[in-house]
Parts: sequence; C-alpha cells; structure tokens
Amino acid sequence: MLKNRIIPCLDVKNGRVVKGINFVDLKDAGDPVEQAKIYSDGGADEICFLDITASNENRNIIFDVVEKTSKKCFVPLTVGGGIRSIEDINKLLNCGADKVSINTAAVENSKVVVDSSKKFGSQCIIVAIDAKRTENSWEVFTHGGRNKTGIDAIEFAKKMEQSGAGELLVTSMDKDGTKSGYDIDLMFKISSKVNIPLIASGGVGNLDHLVDGIKLGNASAVLAASIFHFGTYTIKEAKQYLNSKKVQVRL
Amino acid sequence: MKVAIVDYNSGNISSVINSFKEVAKDKVSIEVTSDIKKIKSSDKVVLPGQGSFKSCVDALKKINGLTETLNEFAIKKKKPLLGICVGLQMFADIGYEETETKGFGWISGKVSKIDNKNGKFKLPHIGWNEINILKDSIIFKGIEKNSHMYFVHSYELIPEDKTVISATTDYSSNIVCSIEKENIFGTQFHPEKSDKMGLKIIDNFINL
Repeated sequence: MLKNRIIPCLDVKNGRVVKGINFVDLKDAGDPVEQAKIYSDGGADEICFLDITASNENRNIIFDVVEKTSKKCFVPLTVGGGIRSIEDINKLLNCGADKVSINTAAVENSKVVVDSSKKFGSQCIIVAIDAKRTENSWEVFTHGGRNKTGIDAIEFAKKMEQSGAGELLVTSMDKDGTKSGYDIDLMFKISSKVNIPLIASGGVGNLDHLVDGIKLGNASAVLAASIFHFGTYTIKEAKQYLNSKKVQVRL
Repeated sequence: MKVAIVDYNSGNISSVINSFKEVAKDKVSIEVTSDIKKIKSSDKVVLPGQGSFKSCVDALKKINGLTETLNEFAIKKKKPLLGICVGLQMFADIGYEETETKGFGWISGKVSKIDNKNGKFKLPHIGWNEINILKDSIIFKGIEKNSHMYFVHSYELIPEDKTVISATTDYSSNIVCSIEKENIFGTQFHPEKSDKMGLKIIDNFINL
C-alpha cells in the first residue's frame, strides 16, 4: 500500500537555515545540509528546501546547498523559491534536486509548467499554490503571498494538472504560521478536483493537524516546517503518532 | 571493476550518480558516460530513465550506436545491466506513452498506463510503497520483506512471461516493480532515492 508522506521543509536564506535551533547531534543549526541529513536519518519521506533569498547576488548559493545535500541524503529532495525559467530548473536538477516547486512563475506563465514537464518529466514538477480564502472560494497569491492575482485557486489547480504538474503543493495563506491546522476545506476541495497528488502545507501546530490533513483533507503528503524545525516533534514521533491514528506511513 | 551509468540526456540522473558513488566509495569505479567504447569495456551498466518512454527511446537513438551497444552488452555478452524506472520500462517490446514506441524487446511485453480505476487512484503513483518480493533475486539480498521503496511513475511494464517478475507493489492493482531475467535487472522504483534499503540494492548490484 502506498504510504502517506511526511515532508519537513526548511526555509533557506543566503544558504543558511532561517532561525535554526540547535538539535542534539547538530554542530551547526544554520547549516541546511546538516539539518536535511538529520531529517532523512530520522525517517523523513522527502526533504523540501524553500529558498527565500531575496538578493540576486546570493541566488547561486542554493545550488551549492543542493549539491552538498544530495550527496548525503538519499530520499527525494524538492527545491522551491525563485524558480523562473527552464534554465533555473535545469540547474537545480543538475545539482541533485529531484523535484522543483514552481510558484509565481507558474501563475505568470503556465508555459513554464508545460515546457518543463515535457522536458524533465511531470515527476519532477511541483506547482506550489498559495491560496487565501475569499467569500466563497480561494484566491491564488504570488510572490510569497504578497500579491493578489484574482485567480481562483481551484480552477488554477485544475489548469496546472492539465499543464503537466506532477504534484500540487497547496499552502493556505490564512493558516500559514497560525499553528491552528491546515485549511482542510481548501485541501479537500482541490484534492477532489484533481487526479494528481496533493501536498498540504501551512498551519501545522501539532500532530493531529497532520492526521487531519491526510484523513480529512485527502492529502497524499503533509508538509510542515516549524514543528520539526523547532524540535517540537521529531519526524519519528510524528510518524508513530500517525500510525497510531491508523494513518499509513513508512516506519 | 568498472560500472558505467549511461548518460543519454534522459533527464535528471544526478541522484543515480550520487547514490552509486556513495555505495562504490573508492572500491569500484563509476563512470558516467555516453561513450560507446567506455560502455563496451565496462563490467556493468546502469540505465536510468526519466520522462516519457518515448523521450527516453528518442534520446537513446540520438547517440549513434548506443542502442546496438546496449543490445550487445545485455544480450550477446550477457553482462549485468540494471534499468531504473523508464530504464526498466524500455526492456519491453513496446511502450504506449505519448505514442506507440518500440523498446529493446529484451523482455516480451508492453508498457501501458496504470489503471487508476476511474480516478480512484491518483497518478502518478508517487511515494513510498512496500515491495512484495516474489523471487530470490540477488539484488534483494539483505532486503527485508515488505521493505519500502520510492516510486514515481504513471506507466507500468507488463511482461508476458511472469517468471521474470522479481517483485510487485500494491497500488490500484499489483504492479510489477522489479524484473530479473538472467543478467538483466530492473526496478520501477528508484533505489537511488529509497534511503538505506535502496542503497543496499545498489550495493548488491555493484557486488554481483
């Protein structure tokens, strides 16, 4: 049986993990390579880096981070943040990323998704959708949640599936950072409208939220950053808890 | 010993390279190449493959003499070859992704889209799934029953001769996920992304 995936996400800025804290066994909390290794050793099903480097001159640091990580972690590695073009994707994949997650560029020009999934295969193209609740649906936001687009999130999800995305990473802007759980309605709505796997993101504060994301939101995978990052729970604890709640995971 | 990873522009093979180098350490030389001479002179070949069946076959054909060289390596010389993902699928006679495309024909059978039972199962089949080992394959030495492997695919190889199947995985149906026929090995899953158990399979292949 296919297992539900737990994906820890690390925010990386200028090659350093944002607000890294010191786990046991960790020499340098700010080193994304070391953090990723801890996660993969702990049983993470995949690793995700979100590059939030703002300045252009530091944009290249992530390539080095990805290259080093991929030599140490032998689980899938996804990289997102600032990906604009086929060349960006090519470079990340060549450095050892297994998948890329495209956000703003996919909204501005869906051809990037069409072309990249043709060139590299859908398996490595994730479209990241940042959505915010409106009166009766959800709206897509870009640029890290700063810009409104007027695009309906559910329609956009369907369009991205048709364009060749292999997976959707759906983040609720309303829930992100609140620790109050995923936007289950959003996850369920999108998941039931597309036939590609959905990764739920945004809002996890405890392990029941992960359970809900899968059981109620119908997500194939659950992504979380802070609960793992700040050591609230280890990956292993999360998986054991999910297992105890009859959610199938790889133990 | 020399192991050649065939680099034929089939998409992203860095993870395959990294994992083989990790396992081989300095004991075995890992060469990433599309050079026919180098492939001929190697002891083992790894044939990765990402993207569609058609795109991989097309990419192979673009390199002059590569298809013939691989045929000679696997069929005439009977040297060990490991196909991964679409690398395995290409063993078949024919594939139906995008359009009907001929494969190597080393394993009689076809590659067709996984039956998702009218949308009940999401495709691609992405993530960790257990493998049911059906045959005492050498590449499964030390691999526990029902170990998890990482999958990402929408198409499956359906061989005519079921005795070549060394493992299956349970998704919308029993999907063939590993093949062994004499010197020819293949995995539908990605051992290079399947953590310790995956690396063990790579180690087994290197040490054949």
